[in-house]
Formats: sequence, C-alpha cells, structure tokens
Amino acid sequence: MGRLKTFTRRAFLIGSVAVAGGVAFGAYMVNKPHANPLLDNLGDGEAALTPYVRIDADGVTLITPRADKGQGAYSVQAALIAEELDVELDQVKIDPGPPSPAYWNTALADEAATFMAPGGGVGESIAYGALSAVMKTIGMQITGGSTTVPDGFVKLRQAGAVARETLKLAAAQKTGAAASELRTEAGRVLLPDGSSLAYAELAPIAATIDPPQDIQLRAPSEWRLIGKPMQRVDIVAKSTGTQSYGIDHKVDGMVHAAIKLNPAQIGPLIGFDAGEALKMRGVSKVVAVTGGVAAIADNTWRAFQAAEAVEAEWGPAPFPATMDEHWQALADSFTEDALDSRKRDDGDVEISIAETGEIISAEYRAPYLAHAPLEPISAIVRVDDDRAEVWTGTQIPRFIQNNVGKIAGIDPEKVTVHALYMGGSFGHRLEDEVVKQAAEIAVQMKGTPVKLTYSREQDMSHDFTRQIAMAQLRGVVRDGKVETYDLGIAMPSVVVSQMSRQGLSVPGPDSQIVAGAWDQPFTIPNQRVTGYRAPELAPISSWRSVGASSNGFFYNAGLDELIHAAGADPMEERLRLCSNPEARKVLEAVAEMSGWDGVLGDGRGRGVALTQSFGVHCAEVIEVSNTEYGIRIDKVWVAAEVGTVVDPVNFDNLVKGGVVFALGHAMNCEITYTDGIADQSNFDSFQGMRMYQCPTIEVRGLENGDRVLGIGEPPVPPAAAALAGAIFAATGTRLREMPFSKFVDFA
Amino acid sequence: MKLTVDGKIHEVDVEPDMPLLWVLRDELGITGVKYGCGIAQCGACTVHVDGYAIRSCQQPVGDLEGEVTTINGLGTPDALHAVQAAWIEHQVAQCGYCQSGQIMSAAALLAENPNPSDEDIDDAMSGNLCRCGTYPRIREAVKTAARTVRSA
Repeated sequence: MGRLKTFTRRAFLIGSVAVAGGVAFGAYMVNKPHANPLLDNLGDGEAALTPYVRIDADGVTLITPRADKGQGAYSVQAALIAEELDVELDQVKIDPGPPSPAYWNTALADEAATFMAPGGGVGESIAYGALSAVMKTIGMQITGGSTTVPDGFVKLRQAGAVARETLKLAAAQKTGAAASELRTEAGRVLLPDGSSLAYAELAPIAATIDPPQDIQLRAPSEWRLIGKPMQRVDIVAKSTGTQSYGIDHKVDGMVHAAIKLNPAQIGPLIGFDAGEALKMRGVSKVVAVTGGVAAIADNTWRAFQAAEAVEAEWGPAPFPATMDEHWQALADSFTEDALDSRKRDDGDVEISIAETGEIISAEYRAPYLAHAPLEPISAIVRVDDDRAEVWTGTQIPRFIQNNVGKIAGIDPEKVTVHALYMGGSFGHRLEDEVVKQAAEIAVQMKGTPVKLTYSREQDMSHDFTRQIAMAQLRGVVRDGKVETYDLGIAMPSVVVSQMSRQGLSVPGPDSQIVAGAWDQPFTIPNQRVTGYRAPELAPISSWRSVGASSNGFFYNAGLDELIHAAGADPMEERLRLCSNPEARKVLEAVAEMSGWDGVLGDGRGRGVALTQSFGVHCAEVIEVSNTEYGIRIDKVWVAAEVGTVVDPVNFDNLVKGGVVFALGHAMNCEITYTDGIADQSNFDSFQGMRMYQCPTIEVRGLENGDRVLGIGEPPVPPAAAALAGAIFAATGTRLREMPFSKFVDFA
Repeated sequence: MKLTVDGKIHEVDVEPDMPLLWVLRDELGITGVKYGCGIAQCGACTVHVDGYAIRSCQQPVGDLEGEVTTINGLGTPDALHAVQAAWIEHQVAQCGYCQSGQIMSAAALLAENPNPSDEDIDDAMSGNLCRCGTYPRIREAVKTAARTVRSA
C-alpha cells in the first residue's frame, strides 16, 4: 500500500511526443525499480505516454479518458486541463481517447488495494496478486468509485501546465522573445509587443522541445475555472436533442439485433424454433448466443418483435427459486465459518452484552435493485478476420477489448473500442454482456456491423443487480448514551460475482461487505462490525456506492434504534459520538441548515444520517409529513466534505440527483426472483421517484479537508436511513426493510 | 404513408402498427426522440402532435392524425425554444437522456398554461422519469421558461 501511494503521488512526469502536424502532452509512466503491478508490462527503461493534450493544425484537443455517463466527467476533466493550459472550453475538442493501459486510474487502484488488503500481512500479498491480475487485464482504465476527480486533480492540471510552458518555449524560440515575458490566454501565447500566436501554430516547434518538469501548479487563489460555476460541455446538445448516445449511433451497413434471453437469469438456452420470427417483415436471421437467441432485422422495433416471437426452451437459473430461500441463505451466513472480516472491534462487545439484562436487537434487509439507466444498453460490433471494432457506452473499455478479442479469436489489441456517450449508468456499464453478445452475433456475420439494442424488459430483468443484504444488530445503552453497538452484515461478494464474469477470481476478504459501516466516524465504547460472506445467489454487480448503498442504511438505522432506546436525540447523540473533526463539521452543517431542534410534532418528523463512503463524509437531514395520502418527503438538507468543489453547479446537481436516486429506490424499488425470473421488468413495477414526490433539497459542499474527493456516490448511502428516521419520528413506525412501500404509503 | 414531422412531409413504407417512436428514430433518423421503456411509463419518447404531448412509443403510426413536432423541431442550438434556453441556463441535464421528453412535456404545458403553479408543474411533468434525479432543476427551469413565455 505504502509503495503504491508513494508511486501514485510522485511518479508521473509530463512528457510530449510529436504527432501528425503537432504535439501531444501527457503523463509518462516510467518503470521504477520498485515492484508495481501497474507497470509489469513495461520493460526496463521503457516508458508509456498517457496523452491528455493534443495540439495540431486543427486546434487543441483535450483527452478525457474517464467515461461520461451523465456525471459531467468530460467537463470536469477538460476543466482541470484547461485551468493550467489557458484555453476556453468552447475552443477545444474533447475526445475520450482510445482504450489504453496507460490511462490507469490510480485513485481506484488505491481504493482497490484497500479493498483487497484489509489486514496487511499475508492478506496483503495475496490481495496484491489479485490486484495485479485485475490491473493487468483492464489496465485500470475504469470509471468508478467516485474517482474521476481525485485521480485527475493533479495529473490533468500538470499536463495542462507543462503543455503551456512548452508552448511558451516554442514561442520564445520562434520570436526571440524571452519565455519569462510571455503570457498565455484563450489558446494563444501573448508576446510583449501585443501580438499573439495560436497554440496550433506553435505545436510543430513544441514537439521538438523537451518539456520542462519543475512547474509549480497555480495556487487556488489564481484559479479561473476551478470552484466557479461552469457550463457543461454537453449542455446545449443535451437540451436540444442533438447529443448522440450509444443507442443513437449508426455505422454504414449495420443491421439491427434484438435479444431474447432465458427469462431465468443466466440460465442456459436448450433449443429454439425461429419459424414464426423468420416470416416477419424485415427479419433476416435468428442466431443463438450464450443464454439466449438474437433476431436480426432492418429496424430496431422489427428486431424486438421478432425476438419476442422466437419459441425457445430454457434451462433453470443456477440459484434458489424463491426469495425466501435467498433471505434464508443470508440469515444462515451469520456464522464463524462465513466470517469474512472484522475490521472494527473496539472495547468488548461480548462482555458488555453479557453484563446487561437489556439488549436491543433487530434485523435489517436491503433488496436486489436494478441499475436501470434510462438509456437501455446497446453495442455495435463489427468483426473481420483480423480485426474488430466496437461502438458502445462503457466504463470498462479494456475488458471489452479482451472479451471481443477472445470471442472473435483475435489479438485484443486488434479490437478498436469507440467510447460513446451514455444515458446514465449507476454501475450498469461496468458490465459488458451486451458487447459480448453483439460480438457473438457479429462473428456469425463477419464484415457486417451488428447493433444489438436491449429492450427495456430485457435490460431490467437481466440486469446484474445490486447485492441483496441483511444486517443483524445488537446494542446496549446506559445512562442515556449508546454504550455498545454490534453490527453483523451478510451479503454475497459483489466483487467476486462481477469479476467472475471477466474470468477473474478475487481471493481474500471483500471489504465491500462492510463498506459504509466499519469505518464510520463514531466512537462508541464497545463497537464491532463484522462482515459475513453469503453464498453466491443471483448474479450481482456494483450499484452506485456498492456495499455502502445497503450498509449506510443498516449502520445509521441501527444506530438510531440505540439512540432512541437511550432516550437521546439522533443529532445530538451523533454529534457526541462523532470523533472525526471533518465529519463533525458536516453534521453541524446539516443541523444548522435544517434548524434541527428536536421534535417537530403535527405528524411531521426528521431523521439524520451520516455515512463516510469513498472518503467523503456526507450527512443528510430529511423532513417528512404524515398526510392523508401517505408519507410526503418535504425537505432534505445535505452537507458533504470533498476538499475542493471543482464545479459548484455540477456538484449541486450530482448531490441532489444522488439523494433522489437513493430515496426513490428506498421508497418503492426492488427486484425479486421467482424461479430465477425477475418479477419486475419495466418502470411500471420499478418506479423510483417521480417529480411530484421530489422534496426541496438544499446542498452545501464543505472544503475543510486536504484531499480532493468525488461526489458521484457519497450522497446515496445516508439517504434511506435519514428517511427511515424521519418516518419513525412522524409515525412511530420503525422501518427495517427496503423498499419502505411494503410497510407505508408514500404521497 | 405520409407524415409531417418538424414541418417536413415524409413518405414511409412501414407496418401501421409500428410505433411512431421507431418510425422517427429508425426510418427518419430523428434520434433526439428517445426510447426508454416502450410502455408509456418514462416519457423519454414524448413528442407533440398538433401541440399536444404524447408518448410516441404508444402511438401506432397508422393511427396518427396531425403534425408531429420533435425535440429537434422545437428549437435548435442556434434558435433555442424558451424551454431549451431555460434548461441550458439551469444546467439541468446530467446524462440528459430523459431531457428531450422532459422539455417536450414542459413546452406543451407552457403552451397551454404560461403561468403554471407548482402543482401544475408536478402534474404535467410526473409522467417523465429522470433516473439521474434532476427534478429540482427541472422545476426551476420550467418556472424560468414560463417567465420568458409570458414576457414574449
């Protein structure tokens, strides 16, 4: 861990290479003598350039390798480069770049190493091996874990700064002026005589100059973009119907495919009869793919209709037939044998519980959930004898190269991946089944680009869902205070399920099982958090905030039960227990914003929750009313500590969106399986929040910390617990299982 | 059959039960209109027919009566509709995939009622899902657009 961190902080140098008609600037990864799994594929003395800035006769292109699935990643990456490069965002092109092992996500590597090596020692070395395998395969070009900003905050600004200074040297060489007298602005170098040179003109000279390395990044007081409201680079296109997404993409000569998968999740195809389908207008072909059949037609709708018309025989799903059995499997996992991690064990929980007559205990549940971004998944794949091309919206371009290469029987480096805009993800596009299936079809139709579009029903019912999870808590209170909190959490391993689909096994404990619970900023005399590994059930995947999405609810709602038993106030007792200064400021902020002062009365109630996830302390206060139509969520106050808010507008939008996302699912969403078949397959039975249910939300970003952190996920984990606390305050009903609509109505 | 979309007359040769959504997207290449659910639950496919907001995924093209306006015909980057301008001003979009439908629902609301109450806005907009959760900004943008429409 220490070595990796040292490496990530220090070892990137900004270099340049000549490209056709210009120059590209980026981070060099130099092979250091110390072992680092990121660099195993580099030989001695070799270096790889990660370009972030390309300047040629056409102008300036900023390369933004982290995928934009709606969170504004392209804008924020471009702004970080532009801050130092002195270009305006409306002057530049933005390109996600090709997949490359060079676009390593060091912030996620840190996160992954933490995840894999919780205890150090033997665990660490085993975990290191697993980490190495994963990283080699994907080159760590992965978007996730709220890491885009932490990963790029220094690297991207440094690329911009080095490029700027090199361009100044080029201008000095060309004009004879002293570099120290040159300034830069809006994509031009300004000369002392008042004239100026465009960066594009200087690019060929810049390509011949060794970039200077000792450049001081600008102080925050000099920032012209960071911390100020920015216009997203895609906002006009997204407001005029002119933004093209993956599902809109066209390639010359392409055919449309639709899929009918075994309704029983990941069950096999046994046989099929395409007779009726092949008679339908525009339908040219029906082929088998892994776990299903695909119909090929000349239009998306015709392909949908034809896929539906195929008669197929299916095998069973490889997991229990009823939800009762899924829950039982979790309940049966609270055993020493299934103990996965005990990363927190303060005081002595057992003695405290043995010594007291009154134990508070409860069981909590969180259901499977679909990701369901509004754009259904799609991919275009063309396979030729010695190469393949993929067009899709993805967070894992390197996995796709490998998988398509395998299916097509070609070298992964011969697979070109074009990353397209995504209509949401929430973790959905960390999977690539749609690409693999499109490739399976495409190898049966070589030379023809095949566009596979999922129907909403196929997408939702065959999603790899959020983990199902269960928590058991025990606690003791004394003298109006929380004395003992023992929380056990059982779930299957998300990472094992997800990586198994990439052919990778991940040994060691999975810290996602206790994420959002073991590492919370509350000091309680006796506190223990234990993770239990449930067996694999339905296939699961990373869902916005992963383990913390269920555990933020468990930890906070359980704490609320103890605080209530102690007769204390949920905010005051949290403040008393809070032992981290940053977290305390976050709690104080929401207390102040909401004017928290005890009981509201009149059928109204407030709840509070704080979760630290992805390094971010995020606290929320929620206020509800108990109306004749049910519970109405009136107001939400959110405060989060992120070190530096890069774009206050996007920050505000992402926090509000995270709250709406979390509350909508807590209110009314679950995926349940009967005989392996999802009982929900569209937005009629999996609704989320609608406009009339949306509360007013007030957001405050705090900047007390010295680490710059991402905000995509952290607003999600505390929301359900704050809502449950508010409903308890308003009605006296304690909700211990999501979705809450099973127990209360929502107005 | 003939249909008028965004002021242009098109001739298409398709089955009458093909939903208007897919005629627009796949036959005419108007991809600003989005597919989200296919069962009128999400509103991403909202277009106007003679000024009224409809879900194009549930409109068989053979039964279509009236002129269709899509997000691409409502306004353009160079000639924004008041609702689109408000969406840009408030930086509404995250992924943006639902926003074509949201904007079409809002434009239909304001054409009928340029001074909507909060409740009117909720009523008109609650058929449009936003999975990213941009509802607070949509509310503000509708109010801004309403002011523009009233002062025009």
